[in-house]
Amino acid sequence: MGTINIQKSKSIDQVNTQERVTRLFSRSIKKESKMQALYLALSMIDLTTLEGKDSEGKVKQLCYKASHLHHKHPGLPNVAAICVYPTMVPIAKKALEGTGINVASVATAFPSGMADINAKLDEVKSVVDAGADEVDMVISRGKFLSGDYDYVSNEISQVKDACGKAHLKVILETGELVTLDNVQLASDIAMEAGADFIKTSTGKVSPAATPPVVLTMLEAIRDFQTKTGKKIGMKPAGGIGTAKQAIQYLVMIKETLGEDWLSPDLFRFGASSLANDILMQIMKQTTGQYQSKDYFSID
Amino acid sequence: MTKKQKWDYSPAPESTDHIQLKNKYDLFINGEFVPSSDGKYFDTINPSNEKKIAEVAEAGKADIDKAVASARKAYDKTWSKMHPKERGKYIYRIARLLQERAREFSVIETMDGGKPIRESRDVDVPLAAAHFFYHAGWADKLEYAFPGRVAEPLGVVGQIIPWNFPLLMAAWKLAPALATGNTVVLKPAETTPLTAMKLAEIIQEADLPPGVVNIVNGAGETGKFLVNHGDINKIAFTGSTDVGKYIMKSVAGSGKKYTLELGGKAANIIFEDAAIDQAVEGIINAIFFNQGHVCCAGSRLYVQEGVADEVIAKLQKRMESLIVGDPLDKNTDIGAINSKMQLDKIKMYVKLGKDEGGKIHQTACSLPKKGYWFAPTIFTDVSQSNRIVQEEIFGPVLAIQTFRTVNEVITKANNSPYGLSGGVWTDKGSKIFKVTQDIRAGVIWANTFNKFDPASPFGGYKESGVGSEGGIEGLSGYVNLV
Repeated sequence: MGTINIQKSKSIDQVNTQERVTRLFSRSIKKESKMQALYLALSMIDLTTLEGKDSEGKVKQLCYKASHLHHKHPGLPNVAAICVYPTMVPIAKKALEGTGINVASVATAFPSGMADINAKLDEVKSVVDAGADEVDMVISRGKFLSGDYDYVSNEISQVKDACGKAHLKVILETGELVTLDNVQLASDIAMEAGADFIKTSTGKVSPAATPPVVLTMLEAIRDFQTKTGKKIGMKPAGGIGTAKQAIQYLVMIKETLGEDWLSPDLFRFGASSLANDILMQIMKQTTGQYQSKDYFSID
Repeated sequence: MTKKQKWDYSPAPESTDHIQLKNKYDLFINGEFVPSSDGKYFDTINPSNEKKIAEVAEAGKADIDKAVASARKAYDKTWSKMHPKERGKYIYRIARLLQERAREFSVIETMDGGKPIRESRDVDVPLAAAHFFYHAGWADKLEYAFPGRVAEPLGVVGQIIPWNFPLLMAAWKLAPALATGNTVVLKPAETTPLTAMKLAEIIQEADLPPGVVNIVNGAGETGKFLVNHGDINKIAFTGSTDVGKYIMKSVAGSGKKYTLELGGKAANIIFEDAAIDQAVEGIINAIFFNQGHVCCAGSRLYVQEGVADEVIAKLQKRMESLIVGDPLDKNTDIGAINSKMQLDKIKMYVKLGKDEGGKIHQTACSLPKKGYWFAPTIFTDVSQSNRIVQEEIFGPVLAIQTFRTVNEVITKANNSPYGLSGGVWTDKGSKIFKVTQDIRAGVIWANTFNKFDPASPFGGYKESGVGSEGGIEGLSGYVNLV
């Protein structure tokens, strides 16, 4: 499969990227535009539970919440997807039947990616067979950091083939790539190799999604579209817990990629606690008062 | 999957409820607000809606005489005799009061001058306070600034400042003059007198001895009285090169010292190994900061051939996301042009650029009906012989050329009567050293632009000025070293 010409991956200046982030994040989003952003952000959430102790019951409750966010505020959108481990896919699929909410599953030896390629492909096929609409794979960071970009590229292509109709999100685990130059290069490799979405993090490594990393990936997506005409989606994951952060990211998307990306088709938040904070803000905007956390279900 | 609805930012105007403005501002002479001797007043308007904000007294010759006399008396009797540590305390007090009232100052600066509140709030006012803080610290440490020498004050200093950073320029001028023991007669620009008058209130509140700072308003005529006054020891001026030349001629042979901070036409150079997206941000910041009303604006862009198409395409796209409109809106990136006169000048140059064959591109933004506005503009297909490449426009207008080699771009960058600032964008450190050493300009930024700090001297080569402001170099312009 395609080899990446490293010369063509541009360099990124970290200081100025941070400065641009600061400027974008200082936009003041109030009144109608805030309410609109809160609804939009809700509809972009991949409601996530990725823990070794996850139970069937917890996944079922999460699925119920996905389509019944808050009974006191009718008319709320559903979240975009539920994101779970492979063994939970059949349970989620059944629980979400008829809701239009997708089931996403992590695969390819998530979160480390330290497994043989055949084992990874088998895992992908099995989650797709079990009904996963979306597959969140991890790249082999060890291979990437050692400079074996071909390996990383080939692996993504093979996983893409194994996905069939399922959408492929490629997790770069940017916390382990360290530099923005690496983030840019890994984004290019993933998009060239067939990713439908690129995603920052597993949520298991710190730092997870940082604003400069997200901006760098959005700019990579924009340049890829200029070059190929293809629109690749973006998913920051991990560390996004507040409505304020979510709105700041929406500003970043709007001013970097444009209105087309302000849709769950092309942008997702990987988050577990974000939905409740957004709900609290929506209720605050509606009633004028903050309500106690106890009024929002914790599933 | 979902139906799409456009997401626009709702208006987010900064509140004006908290500001205190009088309908009429007098002259600030000898610690008091006094009417002008011939009772003349002029209007100061908000350039974003052309509405009158206040009336301001216009100083005539008699008023300048009075102001200079009061400054002389304060110099002889109090300020030059005061222990430097005490002088420092007064300057610290001004800095603190300014910080406390930062919001009020930024709103008034934006109303009077048209710049976006984001800039007056995040740049003008905090930097002005920083200048007072920085120089307050020097007041009793001048022997360390000039080791082995004694730094004596000059006496009475006449200071004339421009309209692009009204409060900040007042701070740049006042702080070093006061720290070194001089007294001052300051003349703000006639389109933006208000924050200086608010600063006069702070100076009063800080209990500065009467006459140490006098602030007189008026246009060119008032400035002439000040420049030609016989009892002034120094003129410090920031503004156009034409007026700077007039000042040099006027003070020649008079024994008056002078520092001049004049125009510019900075080269901003993008090499093909630069971090392109960040360089594009740098171009935006260099030319569109403060509507391009910046003497050090990066108004000549040089892009290396291999990345020229990419850079220009990205620049055009980025320009579309600039929000042009109500300067008081917290989301506004580009505010109003400062005055009708300046708007006419910008329009004249843009017409000239088109007539000379330049290819123009402007953003598709809609401009408010009332007030003075100009859309962000770039020109390609221009060369060194175009007037829009040679002359200072002082507006949101960028002239773009391409180049192939390092030596070529250095030659072109230096091919200008100005030499105030410059910018270079590359990932390669050695190239930064080469280019910054070879370009004859006072300030050169590498992989950034428009960064200011009170400790860093600012001043120009050639027609961009004489002397520096800021840092130890700036202090030296206000002292006799013996």
